[in-house]
Amino acid sequence: MNAKRTDKMATGILYGVAAFVVIILVALLGYILIQGVPKISWHFLTSPALAFEAGGGIGIQLFNSFYLLFLALLISLPISLGAGIYLNEYAPQNTVTGLIRTTIEILSSLPSVVVGLFGYLFFVVQFKLGFSILSGAFALTVFNLPILTRSIEEALANISDNQREAGYALGLSRWETVTKIVVPAALPSIITGVVLSAGRIFGEAAALIYTAGQSAPALDFTNWNPFDISSPLSPLRPAETLAVHIWKINSEGIMPDAKAVSAGASAVLIIAVLLFNFLARWLGKRLYKHLTAE
Amino acid sequence: MSTILTTENLSLFYGKKEALKGVNLDFEDRGITALIGPSGCGKSTFLRCLNRMNDLIPNVTITGEVNFNQHNIYAPTMDTVQLRKEIGMVFQQPNPFPFSIYENVVYGLRLAGVHDKERLDAAVEKSLKQAAIWDEVKDRLHANALSLSGGQQQRVCIARVLAVEPDIILLDEATSALDPISSRMIEETLLNLRQDYSIITVTHNMQQASRISDRTAFFLNGELIEVNDTKQIFMNPVRQETNDYISGRFG
Repeated sequence: MNAKRTDKMATGILYGVAAFVVIILVALLGYILIQGVPKISWHFLTSPALAFEAGGGIGIQLFNSFYLLFLALLISLPISLGAGIYLNEYAPQNTVTGLIRTTIEILSSLPSVVVGLFGYLFFVVQFKLGFSILSGAFALTVFNLPILTRSIEEALANISDNQREAGYALGLSRWETVTKIVVPAALPSIITGVVLSAGRIFGEAAALIYTAGQSAPALDFTNWNPFDISSPLSPLRPAETLAVHIWKINSEGIMPDAKAVSAGASAVLIIAVLLFNFLARWLGKRLYKHLTAE
Repeated sequence: MSTILTTENLSLFYGKKEALKGVNLDFEDRGITALIGPSGCGKSTFLRCLNRMNDLIPNVTITGEVNFNQHNIYAPTMDTVQLRKEIGMVFQQPNPFPFSIYENVVYGLRLAGVHDKERLDAAVEKSLKQAAIWDEVKDRLHANALSLSGGQQQRVCIARVLAVEPDIILLDEATSALDPISSRMIEETLLNLRQDYSIITVTHNMQQASRISDRTAFFLNGELIEVNDTKQIFMNPVRQETNDYISGRFG
């Protein structure tokens, strides 16, 4: 066989493999959206779930998902940012920091169900937080920290050393160089990393089943006192999220329209994650433009 | 003429390797001094000793003294942040920050606590004029500095250094990444600045050294071989090595 034919064959095979991947993805997405989108209505998005009757919604689960996401990011972002800055800007290259990097890598591939069980033993049982938003947010932090730290570290590493030298040569201290030049220059890719990790958190179920719980008690949306257990803001109430809800009704749902609710909730979940992805790109570009010129 | 900067027995080691061997060199106040020599001769390393940029490289040991206005910059009490405001630096690769031209130029001033808009505007105009790029960018001061050509970026970098009004400007092969026309413009910029600043430039380009510098120092293998008025160095060098290098026999 000559080189030309081999090349043609290789090209053909690669196209085939790529098409295969695309078809699977499109089919999967299409199936979920076609099954689910017709079920979505304003009523579905806002009303509470019903355990035994048809016509329940996902309002509380949707709110819980966003609230947990917000809390998880609130905790994990500052830590990841600090860790990323330390690892990329301050840490010397030695065995200790090598060990830290390896640990982060191992943690980032930890199955989320393991994170969930760890969260159950540690936050729910040991710290007596119970099945609560707080336990869930901590578990999601454990789940998110390694990935976010890595993505922030990479964003910083992509900023050329020329920029740092320019900062030092202007008389900036190392801290000023980091906060006023390196981080702003890396901000678009940091934001992209944060929003993408938000998508992962939003869709996470296994880490939450044993931490944030599988029940969504009724919420009083007129009560915004975070210390009141029926308030949506209360961090100590159990909070089933959208992803957990989907898992739950598929495994033990007894409402007559379980299939429809599950399909609708899946579509909402997928759409939200897609929106996060588009938002990440859009925000990254916008921010870069805004930071680099008027 | 008075000297502004002197090095006494300045040596630098990368680990065990001696990259600079006891350099004694005086720089006069105002004018351009060129540091020439073949690659790896230590001229860039020497330049980076003068504002302590080598501090950032691990495993570097420096002995001897660098005296700037009668103070040893390697004294433990030296504030490197303050030092680098007085001794500015322009690098081989143009490295504007990914912000607007205006923001680049006022960066040092803003950090020094200047927030008065009129003062900043005036500094931008003055610095960009000094760097001979005002006419090219005055209508788009708020465009991204990275949208400029390499030569323009380099002149913005020079303006950025000028804005904080340093005493000395170090240039580390500042034209070697640029095309000949841009290099020429940078050279003219430097010639305009030589009355007001002490400029120390490392260059591979001997024609450039002879065109713009008042004094030239020739380095070889980490040693300062010869330093004199540029005309003397190029027309009538004392040392054989200098003669060999400038006549193109090596390097």
